[in-house]
Amino acid sequence: MSARETTLATIRRNRPAGDHPLPEIPAFAPLVGDDLVAEFGERLQRMGGRVAEVVPGQDPFAAVRERLDGAAVIASAVPEIAGNRDLAQVALPADLADVDVAIVRAVFGVAETGSVLFTQAELQVNAVAYLAQHLVVLLDPADILVNIQAAYRRPDFARADYAVLHTGPSATADIEGVLIHGAQGVRSLTVLLLPRTEEGVGERSATS
Amino acid sequence: MSIEDQPRLSEPPAESARGQDGRPLQHAEAATKPVAVKAPREAQPRGAKIRGDRPIDQAEAAERFLAAPLHQAAHDARLWDLRTKRDTAAFGIPEWEELRELASAIKTHTLSRLDHYLEQFEAAAKANGVHVHWAADGADHNRIVHGILKDHGARSLIKSKSMLTEECGFRHYMATTGIEVIETDLGERIQQLDDEEPSHVVVPAVHKTRFDVAEVFARTMGTDPENDDAKYLAESQRMHTRPLILEADAGLTGCNFAIAETGTVVTCTNEGNADLSGNVPKLQIHSIGIEKLIPRIEHLGVFLRLLSRSALGSPITQYTSHFRAPRKGTEMHMVLVDNGRSERLGMEEFWTSLKCIRCGACMNTCPVYRRSGGLSYGATYSGPIGLIIDPTFNKRKYSTLPFSSTMNGSCTNVCPVKINIHEQIFAWRKVLAEEHQIPLLKQGMMKAAGQVLSRPAAYRAAIGAADSALKVLPRFAVYNPLNTWGKAREMPDSPGRSFHSWYKQNRMGKKAGAKTSAAKKDGAS
Repeated sequence: MSARETTLATIRRNRPAGDHPLPEIPAFAPLVGDDLVAEFGERLQRMGGRVAEVVPGQDPFAAVRERLDGAAVIASAVPEIAGNRDLAQVALPADLADVDVAIVRAVFGVAETGSVLFTQAELQVNAVAYLAQHLVVLLDPADILVNIQAAYRRPDFARADYAVLHTGPSATADIEGVLIHGAQGVRSLTVLLLPRTEEGVGERSATS
Repeated sequence: MSIEDQPRLSEPPAESARGQDGRPLQHAEAATKPVAVKAPREAQPRGAKIRGDRPIDQAEAAERFLAAPLHQAAHDARLWDLRTKRDTAAFGIPEWEELRELASAIKTHTLSRLDHYLEQFEAAAKANGVHVHWAADGADHNRIVHGILKDHGARSLIKSKSMLTEECGFRHYMATTGIEVIETDLGERIQQLDDEEPSHVVVPAVHKTRFDVAEVFARTMGTDPENDDAKYLAESQRMHTRPLILEADAGLTGCNFAIAETGTVVTCTNEGNADLSGNVPKLQIHSIGIEKLIPRIEHLGVFLRLLSRSALGSPITQYTSHFRAPRKGTEMHMVLVDNGRSERLGMEEFWTSLKCIRCGACMNTCPVYRRSGGLSYGATYSGPIGLIIDPTFNKRKYSTLPFSSTMNGSCTNVCPVKINIHEQIFAWRKVLAEEHQIPLLKQGMMKAAGQVLSRPAAYRAAIGAADSALKVLPRFAVYNPLNTWGKAREMPDSPGRSFHSWYKQNRMGKKAGAKTSAAKKDGAS
């Protein structure tokens, strides 16, 4: 018998008797208040992320302008800003090793945890979100969900080839509990609260 | 040890990263106040001595850990901090107990129909363009992964932390193949470079101080042996590992949850290293223990709210990654590993241990674990969960482990999927005694104790004669290598009299006296 047949046969012989129905998952009351933007920002900051509200009429990238000005290689996956590394032309993910700043748009945010979701459609090249030194995330305040439970009721996870929740930057405290950002992935994650533009919406549907 | 030499909790400004508002942060596995172990340096206590199938002497290794006070105190403080943060996180959710019930019930349901859910997962994964493999045991898993790598001419493999691959002895197997394996989790990488197993399922190098890490890195990566700054060490590892990640031919991850309806593998990491392993090389492999299945995506909404809060006290890990289908032009393989799980499912008293989501909460809360270190167990899984899982792999080798517990039940209380861990520890003691897996001396002690304890009158007679059971037992029975708790500590002085004799005299006597006086009164009237 193959390993598959042996395992399945052993399970059938051994599985616990009785009826063990799958429980219904109730909708729990949100842990956060009504101001989802404020709740999201507070929780993201506790997880090591940074957040900046965009003032209408002003430079939407003001909060990260210094970082962008100091960057040699910028990979942008959003129409709001042009980078100098075209993600559509990347042959191998490893070619993104020299990216200083990557800019991507989140599908949605989660207030309970301060998380943002990306799929392969937003990232264009998945590895850019880990190989870049710094990650800048555009998030429409209208796209903030109340909690993780609400997030997993969205269809994105079942549809995407790859979906990932980022909650702050890459972190480790494996040495004596000392917290360090940039363990293997990005050293910082900054969320800019910037509504989607018509152009942005068009761009998104074209790539997803 | 003078006070100066004792590990201290460093005061802010600590070295830990700070948030946007300048306050120190405590997410991921960060300590509230990082434990700074002071010089003088103290040699790292090593783990249990492995002698083939011979029973592990956990007590002997624990004694060596206790004899290294700097390591022991730092380890204890660090894990208790994680336990404390877990409590704060759990108390912050009114529905915490309901979530535990739900998680447990979802796992019970899934395990009771595991054949069905595995077939559903396999079909979904295949439809997603994934190659699905089935491994009967650890050796089978290693051969399959090696075969996939050979087929692609891979010379190097980057991987994220996976207890399953530890269980399979994957790294040791691969050392014989000429294909280089690179661990990318910092803690796991430290352990790999030091040729040591992980000591904890979540924080693999928690038993090491920064001095130990500085020594390992200086020896293996050429860092400055005198520089034990945590940031310097972590950054050195990042710079050293990054070219290996970029050049790797293949990547491998473990699996926290496998979703039957969609064929998705979910990993939870703080470093993003599973995402590098899955997204940089052109070949990706995911090793999955068959008990990791859950029916639907929706159920992640229960488990994810429990996992990181139980493990670290964080609401979520930095990265929660869902791998469903290969990237364009790449290959994705999933290996479903049994390795004794389907047999364990048939063990009436022990099958619920398959619900474990490897959060490590039971380890952090366990007084034995915190004071003896994970390596003292000489097994892949240490701490309370290890005590009930390890004997299913090797009854003889791990026969002594279920005795490394105070039976305080704290493990059961913190378990996010409500495994009755301490009851299973007790049940294993019984099984191992009945199957003569425990040494004769311990068997004799248990038999004698059983005879006395099972008969209240005999128990009271024994207690009464000697004031305390501790005095009944000869010194060699209390202070011997089989009683971990007799090591490094004297048993408490026993009270002068037993509760039973006190109660009999003060309460039963009064009651009897009251009756007597009442009777006298009746007689007088």
